[in-house]
Amino acid sequence: MSVTMPPPQPSGVRDPAALSGWAGHPERVGFFTDTSICIGCKACEVACKEWNDVPEDGINWLGQSYDHTGELGASTWRHVAFIEQRARIPAQEAGVDAPLIEDVPLTQLEREQGFRWLMSSDVCKHCTSAACLDVCPTGALFRTEFGTVVVQEDVCNGCGYCVPACPFGVIDQRKSDGRVWKCTLCYDRLRGGFEPACAQACPTQSIQFGPLDELRLKADDRVHRLHDEGVPQARLYGHDDDDGVGGFGAFFLLLDDPEVYRLPPDPVVPTRDLKEMWTTAAKAAATLIAATALAFAGRRAR
Amino acid sequence: MGTSFGRGGATTFQQDLQNSDCIVIMGSNMAECHPVGFQWVMEAKLRGATIIHVDPRFTRTSAVADLHVPLRAGSDIVFLGGIVNYILSNGREFREYVERYTNAPTIVADEFQDTEDLDGLFSGWDDERRTYDTSTWMYKDVAGIGAAAGEREHTETSTGHDLGSHGGGLGGRPPHRDMTLQDPRCVFQLLKKHYSRYTPEMVEEACGVPREMFLRVAEVLCDSSGPERTGAFCYAVGWTQHTVGVQYIRTAAIIQQLLGNIGRPGGGILALRGHTSIQGSTDIPTLYDLLPGYLPMAHPENTDLGSYIASNSSRTGYWGNMDKYAVSLLKAYWGDAATAENDFCYDYLPRINADHSAYQSVLDMMEGKVKGYLLIGENPAVGSSNARLHRLAMANLDWLVVRDFVEIESASFWYNAPEIETGELKTEEIPTEVFMMPAAAHTEKDGSFTNTQRLLQWHHTAIEPPGDARSDLWFAYHLGRIIREKLAGSTDERDRPILDLAWDYPTEGAIAEPDAHMVLREISGWDAQNRAVTGYTALKADGSTTCGCWIYSGSFADEVNQTARRKPGQDQTWVAPEWGWAWPANRRLLYNRASARPDGSPWSERKRYVWWNADQEKWTGHDVPDFVADKAPDYRAPEGAKCEDAINGDEPFVMQADGVAWLYAPAGLKDGPFPTHYEPQETPFHNPLYGQEHNPLRQTYRHRFNAYNPSDGQVGSGVFPYVFTTYRVTEHHTAGGMSRTLPVLSELQPEMFCEVSPELAFERSLEHNGWATIITSRTAIEARVIVTDRLTPLLVQGRTLHQVGLPYHWGTNGITTGDSANDLVPLALDPNVHIQESKAATCDIRPGRRPRGPALLALVEAYRRRAGLEGAPARQDAT
Repeated sequence: MSVTMPPPQPSGVRDPAALSGWAGHPERVGFFTDTSICIGCKACEVACKEWNDVPEDGINWLGQSYDHTGELGASTWRHVAFIEQRARIPAQEAGVDAPLIEDVPLTQLEREQGFRWLMSSDVCKHCTSAACLDVCPTGALFRTEFGTVVVQEDVCNGCGYCVPACPFGVIDQRKSDGRVWKCTLCYDRLRGGFEPACAQACPTQSIQFGPLDELRLKADDRVHRLHDEGVPQARLYGHDDDDGVGGFGAFFLLLDDPEVYRLPPDPVVPTRDLKEMWTTAAKAAATLIAATALAFAGRRAR
Repeated sequence: MGTSFGRGGATTFQQDLQNSDCIVIMGSNMAECHPVGFQWVMEAKLRGATIIHVDPRFTRTSAVADLHVPLRAGSDIVFLGGIVNYILSNGREFREYVERYTNAPTIVADEFQDTEDLDGLFSGWDDERRTYDTSTWMYKDVAGIGAAAGEREHTETSTGHDLGSHGGGLGGRPPHRDMTLQDPRCVFQLLKKHYSRYTPEMVEEACGVPREMFLRVAEVLCDSSGPERTGAFCYAVGWTQHTVGVQYIRTAAIIQQLLGNIGRPGGGILALRGHTSIQGSTDIPTLYDLLPGYLPMAHPENTDLGSYIASNSSRTGYWGNMDKYAVSLLKAYWGDAATAENDFCYDYLPRINADHSAYQSVLDMMEGKVKGYLLIGENPAVGSSNARLHRLAMANLDWLVVRDFVEIESASFWYNAPEIETGELKTEEIPTEVFMMPAAAHTEKDGSFTNTQRLLQWHHTAIEPPGDARSDLWFAYHLGRIIREKLAGSTDERDRPILDLAWDYPTEGAIAEPDAHMVLREISGWDAQNRAVTGYTALKADGSTTCGCWIYSGSFADEVNQTARRKPGQDQTWVAPEWGWAWPANRRLLYNRASARPDGSPWSERKRYVWWNADQEKWTGHDVPDFVADKAPDYRAPEGAKCEDAINGDEPFVMQADGVAWLYAPAGLKDGPFPTHYEPQETPFHNPLYGQEHNPLRQTYRHRFNAYNPSDGQVGSGVFPYVFTTYRVTEHHTAGGMSRTLPVLSELQPEMFCEVSPELAFERSLEHNGWATIITSRTAIEARVIVTDRLTPLLVQGRTLHQVGLPYHWGTNGITTGDSANDLVPLALDPNVHIQESKAATCDIRPGRRPRGPALLALVEAYRRRAGLEGAPARQDAT
């Protein structure tokens, strides 16, 4: 990997703030979203909008189960997905567009009922190696002392380079003003010593906020416990420092493959290959220049 | 709850759910409607509890439950009665608890006959008056107070609330008991007989629940009970909103008594209230037939204070102190004007001489008998059953005052009700003058909420209300002040009750806001020296104490607003007694004497809560003991003892005249001492248990705008083959005034919708994300369609039943608008508490949007004709 990976903190979690030049900064913090205890109340969506003054994202009927928001965007910084999964029943009419769970091992009771309703609150991942940040030409996107990634709305010029750079499709341009917006992990609240609004509003502690190394330990415990309780499909997503984005600042416990939640299974920061690409391009350019020079040199020689 | 245990409130508190080994959520969608309290269910699950959700729909609650059991809406008593039968047939009851802490051993009067003897009726049925003579239900050789006084049997006065909210009166302690529970006339044996036919097979036939699934619930529940373990029930309006709603809750109360789950940590029955202060609005009631603290309203027969108290108190148990509570209340109302010589102004109290409940008032409005109406935080044009009837009725008023944050549908009906579009109402012909008064939000005023677990929590003014917005307290106080000023000097006797009121609350600030602390201080009470009382035990019947609501007495003890206490959870025990203040006497878990054995020791270490400390000679534990603090377990009431002194040291249900919980209710309920399954008012099925189809005492209204769909066996019953049930979703607040006006909530649930199974969608050609029209004999509405596996067809009585889910939040105003599900719901009420049956009724459903304008009326008329309802105001059914 050619992008410089941040050094680890003493606890082992990578420390992107240090790489960004913060000296003596606080511990890296983030979210652990445990979808196994999410009740889909959407309090996180509402609390986020209230605190950050995020405008309405369109009052549109979407009909994806109880989801009428669809995805994260410039005006939706927390988004709760609702996934209705049914078992394959041979005699049943086809036509209901829901993923099948034929091969997903369920708990005994779930298997009997052949149906489950998954809910998951999605958010910006605050990647260790953040492509949006890498490509931002104005410095509007920056790495905070907490290791999170934030857009400065008064600096963003709306170029939009960051939008295709994000491997999750999180950061998004707001049509009305052209600038890009996303979760700040409530930077203003963090600086004031408060936890982010969504985590505070979550009634079941599905969204947990804290130092990332502590959250990783909790998450490991939780996965093992779920495995012991007969939920073998529980897995963590975004907890690995060696994945394509160097680990997430906001990671998840899922009950199925990431694709089921419309999350990329193996996200890679596109700027990872930048050095290699530019090296190749430089080589190609050099070759071209050399060839051209040779051609002229040859003519002169003739 | 009151009838079974003595108090009309949840027996436990939400935080205690974490101690449960099994939680059955039924008649409630707790995760969606009480998401904050639901954290304690999740906590219990993390600790290993089994979570069971029994509900017609698979909801967000089911999604995180261990087991979801879909059942037919309106069949819950069969399911619960099946559990009672399972417990009794398999000897799974907590024997010592049942013998000592319930009325299982008590012998019932010889005249009592069960529904098993009379094919669905109890003894005492008067076919002409269509009511029961409940005296035949009494214990053997005990006189019923209510029956003796004679006023409780008047159905036209509808005194259900004062009966249902606390234990019924007894003339004395029952003299006959069989502690072996073998006497065929003891409650235990009668109970066994009553539920003998509520078998797993019957559950399958009536509820559509496969017997294996039912047995699994029964087994898990029983396995989670006993000295070492406890289970809890959570319910909400999915139980109360039925024509047998009170009896649903009674059935759960019987199960919890049999399993020994009342008064113990992790046990209990949690009544989940729908709003922040619904509990408060029954404690200090907005109900026409109750006074504060569940004191009954006076009746014409109660000619003086003495007869009022004699006919409503109980000689034994805490209700024996009712005179103290009533006199202190009269002192709070009329202050110095209330003296012993004038019966403490008892005669100033209005008397109930007729049914003045909300729905009856609306029908009277329709007749022009009610001229004016105040709506305070209420939006009946959307939120009340048969909302269409309410809109038509309000159009007959002379004046209407609406106090709310925004112009809700009940304030705008005169120009944009659906009936304007159909041509039934014309704006220029509506005489109603509507006064829209802006209301202050809870952040803009001081005051208290009483939440679902009887917990009072104070809120402070964060910002001043904007513009002309004012608090309800401001409105009530200044309205009273101005009326009193206008009446000043009047010599008319009828003005005396208003002029003599103690109406002297201090006000503060530029808008002269009354001091809410002083109102709470009056509610809590003071003594002759104007010192705040410590609690209701300090109240007196001689007029020396003042108390606005005896159950709230002590909420201002030591001159401190106890409800404003906010000691963080980590700085106190898990019971958190220093957070807010709970009635009664800051107890969090009621009847907690039952958490100890009769001898006062804990049933088990694991479930230790309150116990007798022999060294200190007092009850001690994690909570305020719900018992006389120094009454020893071996205390035996002397002959002739009264009030709490008549309760033995091993009888935990101190509000009950006999000190025990009631499996059998010898008094206090109108429709039977044992819960019995009756079909809903509208049902596609016959009652599989009895010849008696419906609750014989249900309240129905014969009115052209309140026609009932034909039920099974009647002409035209096939016209409305599906069952619908109404509900809320997390994203909206009840009738929508507080959510459909906000973009941040409206975008999360942007349209009125209905939920149907793929099978029903196939049967009726309904398309996901398309439109459907839902039709009843009242009217038809339209909704977007969600086709989902969360609804499932059930096999009931050998036929496939489809159920339709309808949220009820929408109306004509706001950012997101839509038809109101309540327009479909008929008025058919529970006889005890006048609550409507909005959780089970019948309908038809067809694809596409509804017709507009007069064509809508034509569609409904065509259905009515097919159903045989043409011309007739409503079907006369005597079943």
